[in-house]
Amino acid sequence: MKAAVITFPGSNCDRDLAVAFEQAGAEVVRVWHKNTALPDGVDVVGLPGGFSYGDHLRCGAIAAHSPIGTAIAAHARTGGYVLGVCNGFQVLLEMGLLPGALLRNAGLKFVCKPVALNVATTDSAFTGGYGQGAQITVPVAHHDGNFTADADTVARLQGDGRVAFTYAQNPNGSDGDIAGILSENRRVLGMMPHPERALDAAQGSADGRALFAGLVGAFVPG
Amino acid sequence: MKMRVIVTLKPGVLDPQGEAVRHALGSLGFDGVNKVRQGKMIELDLAENDPARAEEQARAMCEKLLANTVIESYALEPLEG
Repeated sequence: MKAAVITFPGSNCDRDLAVAFEQAGAEVVRVWHKNTALPDGVDVVGLPGGFSYGDHLRCGAIAAHSPIGTAIAAHARTGGYVLGVCNGFQVLLEMGLLPGALLRNAGLKFVCKPVALNVATTDSAFTGGYGQGAQITVPVAHHDGNFTADADTVARLQGDGRVAFTYAQNPNGSDGDIAGILSENRRVLGMMPHPERALDAAQGSADGRALFAGLVGAFVPG
Repeated sequence: MKMRVIVTLKPGVLDPQGEAVRHALGSLGFDGVNKVRQGKMIELDLAENDPARAEEQARAMCEKLLANTVIESYALEPLEG
């Protein structure tokens, strides 16, 4: 399985994300934002956390329209897998690949701490490695993670099992305690918490490993 | 010609920053501020001099990049000079 990790100016979790994919057994290629095409044979695109383009205009807005952005959108629209973490989630929303938007945290403060997440569905390559009803610990680190969408959209996401993770204690005001959502084909996941920062007990939690292992495992034949 | 773009959160979308400003105004003694909504102002200096075409361009820019129409609305205002 081949994963492409994108680096935008201001990305700061790109290396961590690459390591997470590598540890799970993926071949990783690092891709610069000015490239206009993904390398051949890429199965999964990883959009890392950070502050792409300095968060100018809106978080993720400029990255969504960057040269590599068009190639990523085309990859997703033709059934490719994409994982967007934190700023990567913001980019996916700005691209329109996932519904809704992320507002400033309800408490107005940057929230940086480990949080408990409920795995809301195991029906995806990203979450299939977790047990039904599992609760995991993964860090969040964001200022604009307050997920919002109109009531119909939230109901549809919940009804279709497209909410991947919910917060056990909502840290940012997100509608429906939503921490991460899936696309209709369940191949695009955007989430605010950082699974790539929870790979080893020394980091406080190794609960992120199952996400990467599950995703890489989905490409093992048979 | 110049075009001013005002981007604001749509009615009904919570504005935590506006709410914080309202609290701060209250603590400074400005009573009677029922609501504060904040947004951003963008000034475009366009090569186009025809007002209708300039507005059409600015509208396309708003739809594509300047506003996130999921949560924001925008207003355009042509500027003199």
